[in-house]
Amino acid sequence: MNFTNSKLKLALLGVICGLVAVALAIFGNPANMAFCIACFIRDTAGALGMHQAEVVQYARPEVVGLLVGALLISVGTKEYKSTGGSSPMIRFVLGLCLMIGALIFLGCPLRLVIRMAAGDLNAYVALIGFILGIGTGVIFLRRGFSLGRAHETSKISGGVITILALGILALGAFTTLLKVSEKGPGSMHAPIILSLIGGMIFGAIAQKSRMCFAGSIRDVMLLKNFDLLSIIGGFFVVMLIYNLVTGNFVVGFNTPGIIAHSEHLWNILGMYVVGFAAVLAGGCPLRQVILAGQGSNDSAVTVIGMLVGGAICHNFGLASSGTAINPETKELVKGAVTTNGKIACLICIVALFIIALTCKREEKK
Amino acid sequence: MIEVDARGLSCPEPVMMTYDALKKNKEVKVLVDEAYQKTNVEKLAREKGYKSSSKNVDNYYEVVITK
Repeated sequence: MNFTNSKLKLALLGVICGLVAVALAIFGNPANMAFCIACFIRDTAGALGMHQAEVVQYARPEVVGLLVGALLISVGTKEYKSTGGSSPMIRFVLGLCLMIGALIFLGCPLRLVIRMAAGDLNAYVALIGFILGIGTGVIFLRRGFSLGRAHETSKISGGVITILALGILALGAFTTLLKVSEKGPGSMHAPIILSLIGGMIFGAIAQKSRMCFAGSIRDVMLLKNFDLLSIIGGFFVVMLIYNLVTGNFVVGFNTPGIIAHSEHLWNILGMYVVGFAAVLAGGCPLRQVILAGQGSNDSAVTVIGMLVGGAICHNFGLASSGTAINPETKELVKGAVTTNGKIACLICIVALFIIALTCKREEKK
Repeated sequence: MIEVDARGLSCPEPVMMTYDALKKNKEVKVLVDEAYQKTNVEKLAREKGYKSSSKNVDNYYEVVITK
């Protein structure tokens, strides 16, 4: 089954992923966060007790589903390959940066598109930062940036992250060991089986189509290739229609309750970090999860970096807050970026430039 | 024939290296070790008006691109 030779086929795959996200929103996921890789990994960190933010603790089966879906389809099509050794600790740091940047903006690139489809103007502002970050990464790619070659490793090593994720799912489904939010976004979730199946479908499609939000813009810049952007386009259209039909489409900067803030500079810088880190890592957060599922130990390390990053963000007050209505005074309380978050964002930018400047592809001697 | 060894490299290095090699050579042999990288390289060849043929060698793929 070749989906790569037609933008229409790729757009249709994006449509199916959009339908999965819509279904999950209908069945309980937060409407404007129906599928957010950063948020879901952060929620899972909370479920494991790695952070104590009570409103965002839930072991999201979607992430498990993505890994399992990618693993199953790659094994089925003989594409599974356990590889590793391409600057893993740098990739861990890139994972930290991806999460910190995302939680300053309050969403990964997938959620950026979901928020754009809901009329949230802050997402359009953040898109500027995302594009600039990708552009910065592309400049370094052209200068010969590389994290080096990965090599084949023992077959089972590439499956470990999926096995661990299934373990977390089992703990969440069959024991009371994991934390579960009683209020807030962590308390909003579809039934476990639907989340798992939805994740698996999304994961299989994302694996086959090479879906990648950073890659879609990167390929336009580098090669004037619009294939990956077609998938995103299909996804966006479905989310837009869903929001228009349900009345969730609200144009504005300060819509309460959608988990967004309007500090424009930090929306831009947060997504700048995500775009830049994603290009250096070879893919956006979703793509890292998919690559991890299909055997990349290096992407698995990046995902672990995101998990630890989620914990760090909430333990040290780096994550931003969303605009909301105060339940007692009924006043609009604008969302904000914390001081620690701003400092962390700038540290990430410095770290990314250091990584970009020091890692070059070795020329053959 | 010039050989581009892109085995083990992350996106988009294999495609970038192939693109650069095609600027100076009419025939290029590209080595990649992931199926999706093979697909990406084949697609690049097609879009630039080249022909490509791929084969599986051991644990990697060889994509030969010709005019």
